[in-house]
Amino acid sequence: MTASFLGEDYLEIRNLTVDFDGFKAVDGVDLTLLQGRLHFLIGPNGAGKTTLVDALTGLVRGSGEAVFRHHDLLAMKAHEIVRLGIGRTFQTASVFEQLSVLQNLDIAAGVHRKARRSILARGKVPERVEQALDTIGLTALAHRPAGILAHGQKQWLEVGMLLVQDAKMMFLDETVAGMSTDERDETGELLKRIVGDRTIVIIEHDMDFMRRYADFVTVMHTGKVLAEGTVAEVQSDKRVQEVYLGTTAEVGTHG
Amino acid sequence: MDVLTTPFLTGTATGAILLLAALGLTLTFGQMGVINMANGEFLMVGAYVAYMTQQVISGAGVSIVVALPMAFIVAGLLGLLLEVTVIQWMYKRPLDTLLATVGVSLVLQQFAQDLFGAQGDPVTAPSWLGGRISVFGYEWPHRQLFTILLALAALAALSAVLKYSFFGRQIRATVQNRQLAETLGVSTRNVDRITFFLGSGLAGVGGVAIALISGTNPTLGTAYIIPAFLVVVIGGVGQLKGTLLAAWAVGVVTAFLTDWTSGSMAQVITFALVVIFLTMRPQGLFTVRTRSLA
Amino acid sequence: MTDAGIKVAGVTRQKRLLNTYGPLIGIAVLAFFLLVWAPGTMTAFRLGNLGKYCALALASMGIGLAWGRGGMLVLGQGVFFGLGAYAMAMHMKLEAAGPGGVPDFMTLYGNGTMPSWWEPFRSGPFTLFAIVALPAVVSFILGYAILKRRVKGAYFAILTQAMAVAFATLLIATIKQTGGFNGLNTFTTFFGHNLYDPKVGKNLYMIAAGLVILFMLILWQLYRSRYGELLVATRDAEERIRFLGYDPANIKLVAFVVAAIMASIGGAMFVPLAGIISPSNVDAPASIMLLAGVALGGRSSLFGPVLGAIAVGYSRSTLSEKFPTQWTYFLGALFIVIMLFLPGGVASLWPKVRSLWPSSTRRAAKGTASSVDRDHEPTRDVDLDQAEPAALA
Repeated sequence: MTASFLGEDYLEIRNLTVDFDGFKAVDGVDLTLLQGRLHFLIGPNGAGKTTLVDALTGLVRGSGEAVFRHHDLLAMKAHEIVRLGIGRTFQTASVFEQLSVLQNLDIAAGVHRKARRSILARGKVPERVEQALDTIGLTALAHRPAGILAHGQKQWLEVGMLLVQDAKMMFLDETVAGMSTDERDETGELLKRIVGDRTIVIIEHDMDFMRRYADFVTVMHTGKVLAEGTVAEVQSDKRVQEVYLGTTAEVGTHG
Repeated sequence: MDVLTTPFLTGTATGAILLLAALGLTLTFGQMGVINMANGEFLMVGAYVAYMTQQVISGAGVSIVVALPMAFIVAGLLGLLLEVTVIQWMYKRPLDTLLATVGVSLVLQQFAQDLFGAQGDPVTAPSWLGGRISVFGYEWPHRQLFTILLALAALAALSAVLKYSFFGRQIRATVQNRQLAETLGVSTRNVDRITFFLGSGLAGVGGVAIALISGTNPTLGTAYIIPAFLVVVIGGVGQLKGTLLAAWAVGVVTAFLTDWTSGSMAQVITFALVVIFLTMRPQGLFTVRTRSLA
Repeated sequence: MTDAGIKVAGVTRQKRLLNTYGPLIGIAVLAFFLLVWAPGTMTAFRLGNLGKYCALALASMGIGLAWGRGGMLVLGQGVFFGLGAYAMAMHMKLEAAGPGGVPDFMTLYGNGTMPSWWEPFRSGPFTLFAIVALPAVVSFILGYAILKRRVKGAYFAILTQAMAVAFATLLIATIKQTGGFNGLNTFTTFFGHNLYDPKVGKNLYMIAAGLVILFMLILWQLYRSRYGELLVATRDAEERIRFLGYDPANIKLVAFVVAAIMASIGGAMFVPLAGIISPSNVDAPASIMLLAGVALGGRSSLFGPVLGAIAVGYSRSTLSEKFPTQWTYFLGALFIVIMLFLPGGVASLWPKVRSLWPSSTRRAAKGTASSVDRDHEPTRDVDLDQAEPAALA
């Protein structure tokens, strides 16, 4: 870890455990998520990746500590966590299908607005929203209902909503699942464009996508952290290879 | 001692009827997410079956014994009919189902009124239900004892069916994970129908018990439907033992309140208590904590 | 890049302007019918009835907000209708009793002493204040308790019905203080104006109809505002809204309280027009009646609830005269048929009617998101997909 990675918007997780009636989906995880990089979170199904993010974003209750900007996320409610500057997407793209792309982004921008202003209708499009539309490339579809978007576009819209919220930390859950190769490329480029000094944590299964875009990788297995490091470090880790059957062969062909 | 035992026992008997009304609701609500506001009318149907049976069979005792299974079948079939014609098209829309069944309940009430008149008809209880039994020096009306035993028997039968029978296993599988059950070859459509039949039939049986206590009446369902739902909600949707406890609690609390204040204040206070309970524990007494967000 | 600069295939600024401001034309038409045509054409009797329907329509419009846009099925709106109605009725009874007098029924059923909580209603301004404040406070407390605990859907609906039952029961039980089962009736004046004067009757109608138009405008603004979009989003994806930094309970609470106030105002206007208020106007069946119009008209639309409420009110008067028992069958069948086949109400037929209209902009217009009627399915115009890859550069 070099000095360029350090900022003040990092997340320090200590001994995070999520217990479902005895079953520990997340078991004593220690993790530091630093600014300014694309941090991939990988692991087999059931490793606890999504549950970890659920606990950090207030969806499920977890014990332990997760400190972001001097706040313990585990003690906060979901919408309070969002207001703190942390956003997430979901495995199934969850945009508001009946509302237009613009309306979706505008709602996301509401986190910056005072409540009493919402009695008014939207005047001109807020700058933040325009910029986000531009970044995610959906300007042409601004007034179309989000429900007609292709799957990839919905994921981009979700990312756009996080941009509009000005989320300093983003958790993206399997963003490229179900996308075509071109869409994956575009998504990767989009993420590289927006990372800036944000922290972006991506839960992923697509090893190729990870190899191309990850700055740092954390591997989880049965609720615990198995290994951490750069793509190369993680790929050459024996334990990781064991857990991912066939990884040895993959490493062999792709080098 | 009497001041405490009388409302306690009366309340238990009321709770027994609530249980019969609520069992069907908790089954259909828990399994299919369907709210059947016409369940009160299935109680009414059961009551009228008891009345009609008595018109045909003169002996009071025999007529009740015949009425019980008859009410179960008639109410059950009516529920099945409702499921097939109306409810099966609206599974994904629970609030719409609620309103549609409100419409059904209106129709059934009016139909009963047109058929039997608005006054309501008496049902003669057999002589063996007329007396009292002495328990620990307290006089317990046979009628109340009968109602309680009837409800417990129905609950036991339902639990047995769910636990040991083929259909019961299918029902439990569908409640736990509908999609998975379907991939395992369970016809969830059939399961839904059976569930509705069972639940409505139980309400019919409860109606017979009501008829024995206070006769029939086209609107008798309306007095029970809301308390029955509150019981379902308090007990935890789909939880049988929760429904039992909740029915008992609601019955007893209402009986005590009715004793101390008046009947109507009891309703108001019960409502307030339910709201307070729900604000403290919105999921009910018993739930299953799962990994899913559902 | 402003709104004017965004010109997507067919969905022009003009089209969206029409979608936004078009309803104002509809409101103007409605205003003409209610405020100009009806008073000029109808007999005093029919006008009085229409006034009653308008009062009920106010409550139904509130339900349209809470249920249609907010997703909260309120089965017990009769409670708030009753709060406003009884407040108004108490004031009118006290007016009729004269300064310092006691309402007649208290001497009849009780010993002639008036409970102290009646006294403030002798004042007109206080009564008007109470008509707005009472439902606001009650709905806020109830709504807060229930919504903050994330009670929703069917549970919420049943609780509101229990509320209506409890309220009606309470009224019936307190015959000495509220007139009980018979309710409050035999009024003589309305804020000093003689109720038996036909001119006063007409003015009462104008107030009720005027309130309907006023609230139509308020709802129009509310629905097109950011709050309106937020409410619909909360209705459709409540958990998702949480992850955008909002507490959905607060959003829904606002709609619930506004709906309660509207019902209360409706109830308040109902009393002088109908001449009576009793528990049968506030109980569970009465609350269901308020819903019928909303369901029929189309709960998520702007015009559905008001037109549906007037239609149902009118049908009830005409049909229950000639066919008293059939009315119940009709009502029951209405719920069953609408929920089965047309859950979006008659208003959901409107897009289908519009699509029969031959128009070159029609194909593009199908995609507009301004009509947030829940049952409007956006079409998938695939041809637009070519536009975006270049934009990502």
